[in-house]
Amino acid sequence: MVERNIFAGFGGQGVLLMGQLLAAAGMMEGKNTSWIPSYGPEMRGGTANCSVMLSDQEIDSPLVTRPTSLVVMNRPSLEKFESKVVPGGSIFVNSSMIDIKVSRDDVNAYYVPCNEIAAELGNDKVSNMIMLGAYLGKSKCVEVETVLEALLEKLGQKKAKLIPLNREALLRGAACIK
Amino acid sequence: MATIFKRTSVLTDVPFHYCPGCGHGIVHRMVAEVIDELGIREKTAGVAPVGCAVFAYNYFDVDMYEAAHGRAPAVATGYKRVHPENVCFTYQGDGDLASIGTAEIVHAAHRGEKITTIFINNAIYGMTGGQMAPTTLVGQKTTTSPLGRDKNHCGEPIRIAEMLATINGSAFIARTALNNTANLVKTKAAIKKAFEAQLAGKGFSLVEILSPCPTNWGKSPAEAMDWLADNMIPYYPLGIMKEV
Amino acid sequence: MALKLMKGCEAIAEAAIQAGCRYFFGYPITPQNDIPEYMSLRLPQVGGCFLQAESELAAINMVYGAAGAGARVMTSSSSPGISLKQEGISTCCAAELPCVIVNMMRGGPGLGNIQASQGDYFQATKGGGHGDYHTIVIAPSSIQETVNMMGKAFDLAEEYRIPVMILADGLIGQMMEPVDMPNNPNPTMHDKPWAATGYKPGGAKQRAIINSLYIETEDLDTLEERLQNRYAVIRGKEVMVETYNTEGAEYILCAYGTVARVCKAAVRLCAEQGVKVGLVRPITLWPFPTKEVHDAIAQDSVKAALTVEVSAGQMYEDVRLAVNGCKEVAFMGKAGSMIPAAEDIAERILKMRRA
Repeated sequence: MVERNIFAGFGGQGVLLMGQLLAAAGMMEGKNTSWIPSYGPEMRGGTANCSVMLSDQEIDSPLVTRPTSLVVMNRPSLEKFESKVVPGGSIFVNSSMIDIKVSRDDVNAYYVPCNEIAAELGNDKVSNMIMLGAYLGKSKCVEVETVLEALLEKLGQKKAKLIPLNREALLRGAACIK
Repeated sequence: MATIFKRTSVLTDVPFHYCPGCGHGIVHRMVAEVIDELGIREKTAGVAPVGCAVFAYNYFDVDMYEAAHGRAPAVATGYKRVHPENVCFTYQGDGDLASIGTAEIVHAAHRGEKITTIFINNAIYGMTGGQMAPTTLVGQKTTTSPLGRDKNHCGEPIRIAEMLATINGSAFIARTALNNTANLVKTKAAIKKAFEAQLAGKGFSLVEILSPCPTNWGKSPAEAMDWLADNMIPYYPLGIMKEV
Repeated sequence: MALKLMKGCEAIAEAAIQAGCRYFFGYPITPQNDIPEYMSLRLPQVGGCFLQAESELAAINMVYGAAGAGARVMTSSSSPGISLKQEGISTCCAAELPCVIVNMMRGGPGLGNIQASQGDYFQATKGGGHGDYHTIVIAPSSIQETVNMMGKAFDLAEEYRIPVMILADGLIGQMMEPVDMPNNPNPTMHDKPWAATGYKPGGAKQRAIINSLYIETEDLDTLEERLQNRYAVIRGKEVMVETYNTEGAEYILCAYGTVARVCKAAVRLCAEQGVKVGLVRPITLWPFPTKEVHDAIAQDSVKAALTVEVSAGQMYEDVRLAVNGCKEVAFMGKAGSMIPAAEDIAERILKMRRA
């Protein structure tokens, strides 16, 4: 199993966190993982992305040039990375924010209305968790509960009350994948 | 026979390399005497500059550093942060402190670094051969201001003691001169106060000492003392600028 | 083994603390700010001292002061800041002071950019500052390896009284990987009878003189002889290198740091095409693993070697010197921050093979 993922979106959409939680959960489940952020001025209001690898083998290059999965939260990210996905790979599109379709027919496209579902859950901040749930629903590379464990470690016990909302977000996202 | 004067043991038994009429030897002895009198020699480290006093580590019989040009206050900071219970002084000239090392001295004062700086102002670069210093007086001839310092070209001399006294982290700032006996007495008293400020943990302390450089001024030692009194003291007023 | 997902910069800082580093002097510059930020919080917790200096120049001279006082001390910066530190690095080398300097390389020259680069190889291994000196230069390629090297870096620094540079690229600082952090409450410290800790005339300890000035020609010669002899010992004993899949390989890749990991992926891609490619990865860039690089490339099975760097070709020169003309050595890479993709490296090898 080798997952090479790119998570991309606007700064503030939580794409770096999505990747970190996946990497941490992978580590907790005994996989080799790596997480590389884009960094620098582009973080401030522009696009943000991170590369996350999960593997049963030693990770040689942590750089993701040909992702097996692309997760995009906004349109510029889809346009930027679509062509890089390996044939047969997956593209997860936040259809709440992206009004175009994936143009390739050699990849699997999944459309997830992240912001709308988040609004139903009453908190727009969990749109990234809905998307992460969708990704997990397809890739099944780590368990939802492990991601929540990683989230709890990140948030600290004081914010443990946020876990049920995030669990629901992950599950609602996963349910989008048929 | 009663001993009425004895060389302090805080100076090594090595002859100074300084020119006749230079002020460095006088100040070295005063600093060493103060270290002796305060009983702190076993816990004192000094930092020598680049400049005429570059070999000060040969003369002060305490732990010594030689720092790169202007960096003595940063080196002293490193030492003092490791051994806060010890005493550290820097000994710097005007090229070292007032030109290439202004950032280091200003920020040592700004942090309230508990070190003592002995600043020798002789209005010229000594060791490199008499070039203009930031402290060179307007009209003063040097090897890089052969027609005299022109303030329209390179500004007017910088007053370090006044500047550092404005910084909250400085605890004791004074300017003294070596031109007569009364001023020598005041100089040694100021050096002692500066070390005492450090020992009391009050903050940064500095004594700026107006000192003759007969060789690079092109004067005899006696003429140099007069020139210092007539030209430097009017521009660089003596006194304690700050004492907290 | 308790793994923790850590950012490279933070892992480096914590590993330094575990290695007994208690003093840090630095100045903010991207992409290594997580190191001083981490140190500013952690060092006071372990009785150490973090100080943000007014400049890189001041920071390295504070390191000089603290190292001279006997402390385990480090600084970190990124390329333009390391340029500013060169005066102090040269001075530390001349004064034979142990310290650790982290360079999280970014693109240059000038202000360059803030992305990962390997453009400071020459500066790190050939001097950088003035005079005949060397620092030990360690170039890890993963966060775990960086962590494992921190204790070694301080030990080497103290054993040989020499500054040790950790030469990493911005990626290693910014990425996160699972880390097994050593827990070492009592790291072994070397005795430092030469350090300025106080002097009692007539006592057992000599007066400390921390100095880089040797005005008499003969005295400087004595220092240089001592330094060069020490460098010879280091060259003989302290080379670190990884060889991967080199035996019987048709082509040899030579790379360090993150790029070496990309090359490992290229080795795999070539193997999938039935082409046996090996990798030599210098871990110490100085001393350079001349023999190991030579031996890997000089094998009969090897047709040619390819050096891959994010530079215009810097380590390339040392590889060619090591090979000394016995095989062709090609170069792949660009100055700035464009990291070659594994697919492109593999394609280059296959192209060399077709030629």
